[in-house]
Amino acid sequence: MHYILRYVMTSSNQHDEKKPFPWHLVFFLGPGLLIYVVFSVYPLLDTLFLSLYDEQNGQSSFVGLQNFITLITDETWSQAFWNALVNNFKFFAIHMLLQNPIGLILAVLLSSPKLRLSSTYRTLIFMPTMLSVVIVGFVWQLLLSPLWGISENFLYDIGLGQYFDAWLGKEGSALITLGFISVWQFVGIPMMLIYATLLNIPDDIIDASVVDGANSFQTFWHIKLPLILPTIAMVSILTFVANFNAFELIYAVKGALAGPNFSTDLMGTFFYRTFFGFQLQQGSASMGAAVATLMFLIILVGVMLFLFFIQRRIQRFQF
Amino acid sequence: MNLINRFMPSNGYRQLPKSVTVHAVLLAYTVIALFPILVVVINSFKERRAIFRDPLGLPTQDSFTLIGFEQVLQRSDFGLYSWNSLVVTIIAVGLVLLLGAMAAWALTEYKFKGNLFITFLFAMGIMIPIRLGTVSILGLMVNLNLVNTLTALVLVYIAQGLPLAVYILSEFVRTIPKELTEAARCDSVSEYKIFFCIILPLLKPAMATVAVFTMIPIWNDLWFPLILAPGESTRTITLGVQQFVGQYVTDWNSVLSALTMAIVPVLILYTIFSRQLIRGLTSGAVK
Repeated sequence: MHYILRYVMTSSNQHDEKKPFPWHLVFFLGPGLLIYVVFSVYPLLDTLFLSLYDEQNGQSSFVGLQNFITLITDETWSQAFWNALVNNFKFFAIHMLLQNPIGLILAVLLSSPKLRLSSTYRTLIFMPTMLSVVIVGFVWQLLLSPLWGISENFLYDIGLGQYFDAWLGKEGSALITLGFISVWQFVGIPMMLIYATLLNIPDDIIDASVVDGANSFQTFWHIKLPLILPTIAMVSILTFVANFNAFELIYAVKGALAGPNFSTDLMGTFFYRTFFGFQLQQGSASMGAAVATLMFLIILVGVMLFLFFIQRRIQRFQF
Repeated sequence: MNLINRFMPSNGYRQLPKSVTVHAVLLAYTVIALFPILVVVINSFKERRAIFRDPLGLPTQDSFTLIGFEQVLQRSDFGLYSWNSLVVTIIAVGLVLLLGAMAAWALTEYKFKGNLFITFLFAMGIMIPIRLGTVSILGLMVNLNLVNTLTALVLVYIAQGLPLAVYILSEFVRTIPKELTEAARCDSVSEYKIFFCIILPLLKPAMATVAVFTMIPIWNDLWFPLILAPGESTRTITLGVQQFVGQYVTDWNSVLSALTMAIVPVLILYTIFSRQLIRGLTSGAVK
């Protein structure tokens, strides 16, 4: 014991490489790692594993990729699956086309030099992001309700009254409307992160471009934008993961059936229905696990693309 | 809106037109961000007739009522739901901070076999959402006999919050000068004492940031309360509101009041902690 301690002491002094008695490690790392592995890593791996099995009548048997083949090709399953997947990509596209550009514009405006009330604007615009998605869903459901008529009256006031519709109730517009609601709530995140990056750009570079005769648009396009591209890429991947994991908004506003006629179904709600069942269809743990595995693969591919493709291109930009 | 902008003080005569546009756009967006929330809060204090006749008006002496709030409190156990949310959030965040700081310290300070692998394992958790493992988590909780307990939620939320906490806190541990711990070791201070008496106090500012980031998703979560603890006695506030609004959807007073009761505490907490949160977001801790 004594010998070990002495060894530890000397070795740490000599090589700056500490090899303490491992009980420290167990004490410091053990509890956190245990909870993380048992309730996050193991369940995820177990889910991937479970997706290769089929449990019927309480007996589980190995079926290989059969669950996935069923999901993608079987008539009763594939339609719902592809519908949810395509909807999810539409949902993501709405975020990319609206949330990030609006966030970028707000961030650029907020970072304009000597702007008064900047922190007040920032705090207030970020406010909806703090609320629960469920609450936000209900708030907008009330605001867009034809019964209450707030939105309808507002549109009439600005002369667009004839365009009002029960957007959340129509098959063609429900998903887009929910996308808008989600963008409204989360626009604060790109705004805040891009704003932080803009603040970190050294004044020298901006001054240099001004001296060289660049106007403010040129300064933005040639100097600032390339520097904030990594942040935009990061926001995009965060949005991607969040969107392919979204559930609460659809469940709160449209229920687990993601009506009308499944037009607002996302992977998250599809996963929930598959696992717990609905109406005539019984819930299935192994099919649920298969859907979760596909969601996992989609997210993994997205993150990989981000790491290997986009990130590399951006680094070239920076140097 | 234009009027307000015209009277906004601005810097210098030449910048006036540009700064007016900037303020106009930011103010317009601030209105877009706040208007929906304000409409709901304002109308929760009005009589049903006033809600429909004049949805944008403030409650007057005639139309002011608290009937919605009374009904919410009568029909559901809002106090209990809030208490459940509070208990789960505080215990989970507290343990994420403590266990996260300990793990971050171990992973950055000590070199050992498997260090890189464990660091990678935690890093994966930042990107891969824990709810993808729900099927097995539910099975696990059934086996552990933890379904419909707050313990189940706390355990899952600790697992959910740890990856980001370990990542952010590791970054901070790295900025602590080596001399500090070296000096302590020369005085043969134990590793435990080094961590709890020297490192932990230094991590406080970073822990405040982590606390805010961990707290929000836990408080707002619907997924795990819905699946792991849907029972009446373990319902969290988000689930409670979701169920209540679903049940009394036609009673506008109750729905508006229930939403207001869920919104207002969060907004109060947000105004208190907003500086902390925004500093955390903009300091680059999450980049």
